[in-house]
Amino acid sequence: MQAADKKTRKQIVVGMSTCNIAAGSQDVFDLVQERVDAGLDADVKITGCFGMCFSEPQVQVIDEDGTTHLYSGVSKARIKKILDQHVEGGEPVDKWENHFAEGEDLALMGKQKRIVLRNCGVIDPESLDEYLAVDGYQALEKVLKEQTPEEVIATVTEAGLRGRGGAGFPTGLKWKFTHGYENDKKYVICNADEGDPGAFMDRATLESDPHAVLEGMAIGGFATGADEAYVYCRAEYPMAIERLNKAIADAEARNLLGENIMGTGFNFSIHVKEGAGAFVCGEETALLISIEGQRGMPRVRPPFPAESGLFGKPTTINNVETWANVPWIIRNGAEAYAANGTEKSKGTKVFALAGKIKHGGLVEVPMGITLDEVVHEIGGGTGTKREVKAVQMGGPSGGCVPRTLFDTHVDYDEVNKTGAIMGSGGMVVMDETTCMVDVARYFLTFTRAESCGKCTFCRVGTTRMLEILERICAGDGKPEDIPLLEDLAEQIKNTSLCGLGQTAPNPVLTTLRYFREEYEEHIHDKKCRAGKCRNLCKYEITEDCTGCTVCAINCPVDAITGAKKELHIIDPEVCISCGVCREVCNFESVKVI
Amino acid sequence: MTIDLKKVDAIVAAKGTQSQYAIPVLQGVQEEFRYVPREAIERIAELTEMTESQLYGVATFYSQFRLQPVGEKIIKVCHGTACHVGGAEGLTEALEARLGVKSGENTEDMKYTLDSVACVGCCSLAPVVMVDDLTFGRLDRKKAAKIIDDLEG
Repeated sequence: MQAADKKTRKQIVVGMSTCNIAAGSQDVFDLVQERVDAGLDADVKITGCFGMCFSEPQVQVIDEDGTTHLYSGVSKARIKKILDQHVEGGEPVDKWENHFAEGEDLALMGKQKRIVLRNCGVIDPESLDEYLAVDGYQALEKVLKEQTPEEVIATVTEAGLRGRGGAGFPTGLKWKFTHGYENDKKYVICNADEGDPGAFMDRATLESDPHAVLEGMAIGGFATGADEAYVYCRAEYPMAIERLNKAIADAEARNLLGENIMGTGFNFSIHVKEGAGAFVCGEETALLISIEGQRGMPRVRPPFPAESGLFGKPTTINNVETWANVPWIIRNGAEAYAANGTEKSKGTKVFALAGKIKHGGLVEVPMGITLDEVVHEIGGGTGTKREVKAVQMGGPSGGCVPRTLFDTHVDYDEVNKTGAIMGSGGMVVMDETTCMVDVARYFLTFTRAESCGKCTFCRVGTTRMLEILERICAGDGKPEDIPLLEDLAEQIKNTSLCGLGQTAPNPVLTTLRYFREEYEEHIHDKKCRAGKCRNLCKYEITEDCTGCTVCAINCPVDAITGAKKELHIIDPEVCISCGVCREVCNFESVKVI
Repeated sequence: MTIDLKKVDAIVAAKGTQSQYAIPVLQGVQEEFRYVPREAIERIAELTEMTESQLYGVATFYSQFRLQPVGEKIIKVCHGTACHVGGAEGLTEALEARLGVKSGENTEDMKYTLDSVACVGCCSLAPVVMVDDLTFGRLDRKKAAKIIDDLEG
């Protein structure tokens, strides 16, 4: 962690992002505030998400000399001890502290390179002064006072930055297009409609470092000739919206946004537009139509938004992570950025690790790192006795990469070869309790519901595919279902207008490619090896049973009998195969047969 | 329930009367009434350039808008990928049993609405449940039901 400026008092910094609060940090914050109000000699501050969501709530204590101590898993009981022993007594509580120079913490942080997340969990996201203290808005000042739009575009092009929303289109080129269209009005848009289930990079970035995104947008506005911008943010992210609005108001009050910025004559105003819940609005033309107040249905391109975008004006759309990269690139130069990554994919990528993973949270790694390094070394594997089976990348547009392909290097082109996509950065790790047919069914449920209905094959095709997957999971699958799925998948891909339809079959195609035997077992043997599809599962309690009775207590139909501390038995006649016993067993003694 | 149309008038005056403000106007109405009442849509159409059909088109396209009244508290079970893999179905079942309603329904006393949501972006603490704007993480069936016990005090 960085050393802060010398302070005369200790500072207590509580992580206050949505994830921290969900883990209980509000109670911790209230307790600290109470003690400080009662006379404890320290300052209380907040910060965003440091990325280590698995060990939240997190609290930093910064000593008078600037040394930072990061505490993990801070419960109400722990914070009392930390306040007593460390803040008052001057003696850090070593056992709860993270030491990034060694062991698991080193494995976690050692391979990371933080550009986008540079300030996340470090500064107070609600304080413009703290952003300024880490060189905030200097990149904007530099371009406004020293550079031409062409020079800015050249820097971003040389850096090799590609759109982090998933498609990977070169950002510099996109800006150049908009720059090239003469018009009296142009727009900049930040796509913060992070709709992929399983992805939360943008939420964390907006909550933890909103000014970095705003600064990036203003630089993009200068480079392309735009004076007005929108952040299109999902309504499901209330804290991100709140912090964005505050950040915009604060920056305007200091003349860092708004009219005649820093006396340079450049005007740039940013509005926050709350999305209303439609996955398809992550597609750029649908997003534009949504801002215009219509149903968010994609339209044919060309014309591309660079030529005719919002209200028919030239518009540059990039996502949160792309914009957050920009100030760093301007400050540190294209070369420093391009020093990270592979030949065609430069820089870093933020991934959201979730699912059956020990170190769930956000990681930022140089492009080109292998999947194995991300999942096993940084992510720590499943954290249980079970092994990793696959990692799902790219959400509903992506696919499941099996463990045998974990030597794949993470860049746009290499990931595409597996049938998955890089996507926006969601990585959901799966173990043997995850049924791959059920995962495919899950994603089709999602895409069917989110299809806007414009293209017939997307609208009807996803419905038909879902029906087939549902019957396979219910145990009514037929041998001809697999070729039927493959045929439908091909047709939907070929006949859909936008990315949603073109990629909707990917979760089915990748699971068929790598886990075909699971489909065949469901269809032919009426068996679900993961124990997920209820109609195909029977359960048995193994000899490892400790007789703790937890399964019997939780069984909704009282199918389990057994005395305390003795082997329990499931009555197959009564059992409804709901799987609760397996879920609640603390000793992994319930087996799927 | 009668709708105070003056509140609708105020929302339209604050947000704007052009088509591009359809979503903010409907969001304002929903914030006020907690759903979008039919009477409000009729009133907006009277006051603005938007037609009733356009407003219904928008309101039914976006999942945020509700056309039926909801309970005092809205309980949303996240069914994102990580939550799904982590047992979100079990949470919905547990909450259905605890509240005596199916997902998507209101309790009889109109205290709660049980719903599901695609992803709240809190995947590292999966499975999660949101109660209004508050997120609860690292849940299982028992802890999910306990959220209701705690709300009931």
